[in-house]
Amino acid sequence: MSPGAMALGVILAIVAAGSAIGFYAGARRKMDLEQWTVAGRGFGMLLMWLLMAGEVYTTFSFLGASGWAYSRGAPTLYILAYITLAYVVSFFILPPIWELGRRHQLQTQSDFFAWRYRSKYLVAAVSLVGIGFMIPYLELQITGFGIIVEVASFDAIGRVPAMLAAVILLAGFVLASGLRAVAWVSVLKDLLMLVAAVSVGIGIPYTYFGGIGPMFNALIQAKPSHFVMPGATANLGHGWYISTVLLTALGIYMWPHSFGAAFSAKSAGTLRRNAVVMPLYTLSLTLMLFVGFAAILVIPGLRDGDLSLLAMVRKTFPPWFLGVIGGAGALTAMVPAAILILSSATVFAKNLFRPLFAPGMNDHQVGKVARLMVVVISAIALYLAIHGSSSLVSLLLLGYAGITQLFPGVVLGLFWKHVSMAGIFAGLAFGVTSMAVLFVTHHDPFLGLSAGFLGLCANFAIAITISLLTPPITDAQWDTL
Amino acid sequence: MKPPRIPSLLLALIPFIAMCFSVPLWDRIYPIVLGLPFNMFWLTLWIVLTPLCMWGAYRFETPRHEKDNPPT
Repeated sequence: MSPGAMALGVILAIVAAGSAIGFYAGARRKMDLEQWTVAGRGFGMLLMWLLMAGEVYTTFSFLGASGWAYSRGAPTLYILAYITLAYVVSFFILPPIWELGRRHQLQTQSDFFAWRYRSKYLVAAVSLVGIGFMIPYLELQITGFGIIVEVASFDAIGRVPAMLAAVILLAGFVLASGLRAVAWVSVLKDLLMLVAAVSVGIGIPYTYFGGIGPMFNALIQAKPSHFVMPGATANLGHGWYISTVLLTALGIYMWPHSFGAAFSAKSAGTLRRNAVVMPLYTLSLTLMLFVGFAAILVIPGLRDGDLSLLAMVRKTFPPWFLGVIGGAGALTAMVPAAILILSSATVFAKNLFRPLFAPGMNDHQVGKVARLMVVVISAIALYLAIHGSSSLVSLLLLGYAGITQLFPGVVLGLFWKHVSMAGIFAGLAFGVTSMAVLFVTHHDPFLGLSAGFLGLCANFAIAITISLLTPPITDAQWDTL
Repeated sequence: MKPPRIPSLLLALIPFIAMCFSVPLWDRIYPIVLGLPFNMFWLTLWIVLTPLCMWGAYRFETPRHEKDNPPT
C-alpha cells in the first residue's frame, strides 16, 4: 500500500465515523425548525462545551495558526489572546441572550435584532451582514479540508475534487440531522484534536531539537526578529495586535452560528460555567504554534505557510499517523462548516426571505427554504474556495472585520435603554462600508490599526450619538426586556 | 437586562490588561521561561490564570441570578 493510500484510508475512516455519528444523532428525532436549529434548547454543560469547542476550534486553529507561526512569526500570538478573551466576553453577553431567547422563543441572532429593534429592514441588514461574512469563514473551512486531503494523499488527489466531496458530504448531514448532529460529531473531533495537538506539538520539537526549550534556543539564534512583533511582517506591530485582539474577542460571539448556539443551552448557568473553563482549551493552540515554529528550521521555503503543520507531520510520522492527524483536521473543518451552513441557511429563510418576500409562510415552509439554501450556500462557498487564494488567517480576519460590526447592536441592545434602531442601523452601515473600503483598497491595517477595529469605533460612536438624539423606548417597554 | 456587577467587570478587565493592552511590556524574547520566549510564556500563563479571574466573577454573578431565576 502506498503511503498516500494508507493516510487517505485512515482519513476516510475517520470522516465516515464522524458522519455516521452525525446522521445517527439526528435520525431518531422529528426535525421541526426548533429541533433543527436549537436542538430543543436542551444542551447541558458537556454538549455545550463540545458545541462551543466545535465552533471555535476550526481548521483555522489547526492549519492557520501554525501557518502564521511559520510565515509571520510573533503576530500569530494574537490567536492565544483573542480566543481566551472571547470567553471572558461571552461570560457577560451569552447568559442574557439565552434568557431573552427562552422568554421570547428566539432561534437566531436576527430574531434577537427583530425582537429588540422592531424593524424588518434592520433585520434584513443584520442577516445580510451575517450571511455575507460567514461565507469567507466557510470558504476557509473548505479550503482547509482541501489542503488536508491534498497533503495527506501525497498530492495524488487534487484540492478541488477533495473540496467538492467534502461539500456534498456536509450538505448531506446538515440536511439530515441539524444542530444535534454537529454537537455529537464534535465528540470525536475534540478527542482527535487533543491527541493531535499533544502528540504533534510535543513530539515534533522533541524529534528534531530534543525538546521545546532547545527548539526555541535554535530558533532565536537563527531568526531573533521572528519572535517579537511585527515578526516577519512590515506592519503587524503592537497597535495592530491590540486592535485585532479587541476586534476578534468582541466579535467571536457575533458570528450568527456562535450567537445562535447560546440558545441551545439548558440554562444561563451552563453558559457561565462554560465561559469560566473554556480558556484552558486554548492551551492546545499553543502546541499547534510550536509545530509552525519548528517547521521554520526543518522545512524552510514552503510556498504556503498553511501547509506547514501537515508537511511536518508527513515528514516526521508514519503514513497511518498522518491519516489520524489528517482525519482530525478534516473533522475540524467539517464540524464548523456544518454549523456555518446550518445557521446561514436558517437566517436566510427565517429572517431575510420570509419577512421581506413571503410574510405568510409557516415554520414548516421556512424549514424547506432553509434546506434549499443549504445547497445554495454550500455551492457559493465551494466556488469561492476553488477560485480564492487568500491565506486562512486573512480570510478569518476579513470575516471578523465585518461580523464584529454587529457588536454595538447586541451589547447596547442588551444593556442600554436609550439605544435606538436608527442609531444601530446607521452605525452598522457606516462600520461595514468603511471596513469594506479599507479592505478593498488594501488599507488593512490602516495607520497601524486593524481596519475592522476602526470601523467598530466609528460604528459605536455613530450608534451612541444618534441614539441620544432619538427618543428612547418607554419604561414599560424596557421592563419587558 | 440588568448589567453585570462592577466587581465582576473589574475581574474580567484583568485578563484584558494582561493579554491585550500591556503588550509593549511583555512582547520580548528574554527572559526565557520554561524554555519559551517571554511573550509566549506570558500568554500561556494567562490562559491558565484567566479561568481563575472568571471563577471569581462567577461567584459574584451567580447568587444574584439564582435569586432572580430560582432553578425549576
